[in-house]
Amino acid sequence: MRPELKNFKGFTLKNLPEYEGFAQGHRACQGCGTVLPLRLALKALGPNTIAVTSTGCMEIVSSPFPYTSWNVPWIHVAFENSATVASGIEAAIKALKRKGKLKSKEKINVVVFAGDGATFDIGLQWLSGALERGHDFVYICLDNEAYMNTGVQRSGATPFGAHTTTSPAGKIIKGQTTWKKNLMGIVIAHNIPYAATANPAFPIDLMNKVKKAALVNGPAFIHVYATCPTGWGTKSEDSLLTAKLAVETRVFPLYEVIDGKYIINRKVDKPKPVEEYLKIQRRFRHLTPEQIAYIQERVNQEYEKLLKLAESFGETQTEQKDE
Amino acid sequence: MTKKFAKEVSIAVAEAVAQCKVDVISAYPITPQTHIVEHLAELVNNGELDAEYIPVESEHAAMSACIGAAATGARTFTSTSAQGLLLMYETLFIASGMRLPIVMALVNRSVSAPISIWNDHSDVMSMRDAGWIHFFAENGQQAVDLIYHAYKVAEKTLLPVAVNIDGFILSHVVEPVTFLDQNLLDKYLPPLKIKYKLDPKNPITIGAIGVPEIYTEAKKAQDEALKASYKIILQAWKDFEKLTGRKYLPVETYQMEDAEVAIVIMGSLAENAMNAVDILRAKGKKVGVVRIRLWRPFPTKDFLKAIGKVKTLCVVDRAVSHGATGGPVGIEVRSALYQSNKRPRVLNLIAGLSGRDVTKEDFVEIFEKTFETLTKKPTTPYEIYGVKE
Amino acid sequence: MPKDQGLISWKELAPGMYILEPGNSKKFKTGDWRAFRPVLDKDKCIKCGMCYILCPDICYQQDQDGFFICNLFYCKGCGICAANCPKKAITMVLEEE
Repeated sequence: MRPELKNFKGFTLKNLPEYEGFAQGHRACQGCGTVLPLRLALKALGPNTIAVTSTGCMEIVSSPFPYTSWNVPWIHVAFENSATVASGIEAAIKALKRKGKLKSKEKINVVVFAGDGATFDIGLQWLSGALERGHDFVYICLDNEAYMNTGVQRSGATPFGAHTTTSPAGKIIKGQTTWKKNLMGIVIAHNIPYAATANPAFPIDLMNKVKKAALVNGPAFIHVYATCPTGWGTKSEDSLLTAKLAVETRVFPLYEVIDGKYIINRKVDKPKPVEEYLKIQRRFRHLTPEQIAYIQERVNQEYEKLLKLAESFGETQTEQKDE
Repeated sequence: MTKKFAKEVSIAVAEAVAQCKVDVISAYPITPQTHIVEHLAELVNNGELDAEYIPVESEHAAMSACIGAAATGARTFTSTSAQGLLLMYETLFIASGMRLPIVMALVNRSVSAPISIWNDHSDVMSMRDAGWIHFFAENGQQAVDLIYHAYKVAEKTLLPVAVNIDGFILSHVVEPVTFLDQNLLDKYLPPLKIKYKLDPKNPITIGAIGVPEIYTEAKKAQDEALKASYKIILQAWKDFEKLTGRKYLPVETYQMEDAEVAIVIMGSLAENAMNAVDILRAKGKKVGVVRIRLWRPFPTKDFLKAIGKVKTLCVVDRAVSHGATGGPVGIEVRSALYQSNKRPRVLNLIAGLSGRDVTKEDFVEIFEKTFETLTKKPTTPYEIYGVKE
Repeated sequence: MPKDQGLISWKELAPGMYILEPGNSKKFKTGDWRAFRPVLDKDKCIKCGMCYILCPDICYQQDQDGFFICNLFYCKGCGICAANCPKKAITMVLEEE
């Protein structure tokens, strides 16, 4: 176990910080499952934080002048380069502290919030550079599985079969033709100290992962499954039900990779069929039985791979009762 | 104190940057800028410069990291050329729009295609509307001095500054250079203190959305700041002159007092043009050179004053503005003249692309060509000089 | 003619159009987006705080008695609180006007 996490004390529903790093009055859609993990992450990080956000929904809903929803210092520069902007901030903090120009005894967290387009696609090179150089920062990918801000176009994170405006369910080609890019695999290949997946339907788990990510020295990455009722065609109140089903069907397993060691946080021994997950989302309603069968098979395979990784290089945990 | 060193100009520039006590350097290698960033890396790794050096994976990232660092209150530096500048293009506008005092040594090089590593001004001209302050150096001493000035000006105006240094023909030559005494420099350039920065003690929002109800006002404010930088630049140069005796002006002249014909030029080729003036003056010809030191904000008044009573001007551009009415400097000059009652004829030549030599003999020929326009109007708005037909 | 449509004068903008007041979006009402409002049955409520932690719009605050109360100035009526309440103490009721 990393020394930074040795005495780690997690959050529980009973000892949540009152602090909010994100303010009300933001313009996210009803039932947004992307702004919720953002809010939870800032709550976990606390006020001694500088945030960078890539172009995307979260940037748009939080900063139409003259309003800002950010209670922490915040910068948005462009779509692709948030990891590098964070690199610059982290380097500046280091240099200014060393030279006595910045007096802060506490660690200042540097955190990036970026969507799947900004992370999987346009910003992958910037992310890779920042991870490889070892900057001490937290990168949180809020993955709602398409370019929602521009009107639901497909990205490298869009799941197989999903209808988007650039992978429409046509008469011949029925939705996204490719499997979701294995971003965690790419990130872990950089040998960073901490990587994890998280999901807003498991808020305490998410907050604890953000806290751990901030505590470790060096780059940390959290892949957050972020629901989007508008883009996915679910009811707003089902936003977190979808998220929960993603875990219960093994579509989006929750795990951590600490120094290369895999820890499955929620082992799903009796998974629900993926169909249950797919059928409540309009983006999947055109799927043929063959497509659903393919998804089920592939989900099983991916989960087995993860299990093997955890057996070989880590541990598995059964469901915790923290929520 | 005024000891002269023989230094490769790139090395001298790097040492000037180090003297300015930068906090964060972020750079990616590209010819011909490499010697500057290599030397800075050496200084950092040898413990001679206390700075964070971010060896980024692209030029876009180089500027992105500078933006992050500058927004956090650090003194930053980067350097690039040609394709590198074009790759960071998006962020150039963001750096100025966010009013970040970043300094960049722009080692001028041709833009591809065709690919070429040699010198001209096609890279810098692509960013002339990006809201940066631009200085042009003619020699090694100016390159060093302009780095000092760049930080002084950037931090007073809250605008990014590019110091343009011609690739190879200036960056790679060994020249005698005097460095400013460190104590004097520390007084000239006090530590950076920025009022608004990314600081958890005073959380601000940088990069909010400029909705239509405010974008125009934001651009107006930025434009006024760039215009207002003119006075701050003059003051920085006056202060520097007091310290060193070295005088800098937005537009500098050579033998312009009684000149009838003049060449307008930017960058290191001005030295060849001045040699040509000496040759022609010895023959009794009234010729001179107008050298633009400050390209942005364009010093219209200084320019109009500098041209005196010339009857005809030859603007020597080092870049093509495809499909335009002239080279970039030619267009600027014509526009400036239109605001004045002075209407000398303007001949606009594009010369010295991709490092092609423009020797003093060439400049003699250019002067002779310009004399012809005294009696004969140029037939085309601009022409490419020395092209093989 | 687009005359003087600006929100504020350019002279009053902070450099770089920075926003100097943190979290000032709390002045912005989002409650008028709502079609349904959450209604809490205090008899069923166990004060677990699930509604508070899962609200994307940060509407819930604890009152003196420990109940989490929804601020209707912001509540967009998404229904996440009602759907995830372990005691089904929250119901969504159509706004009538």
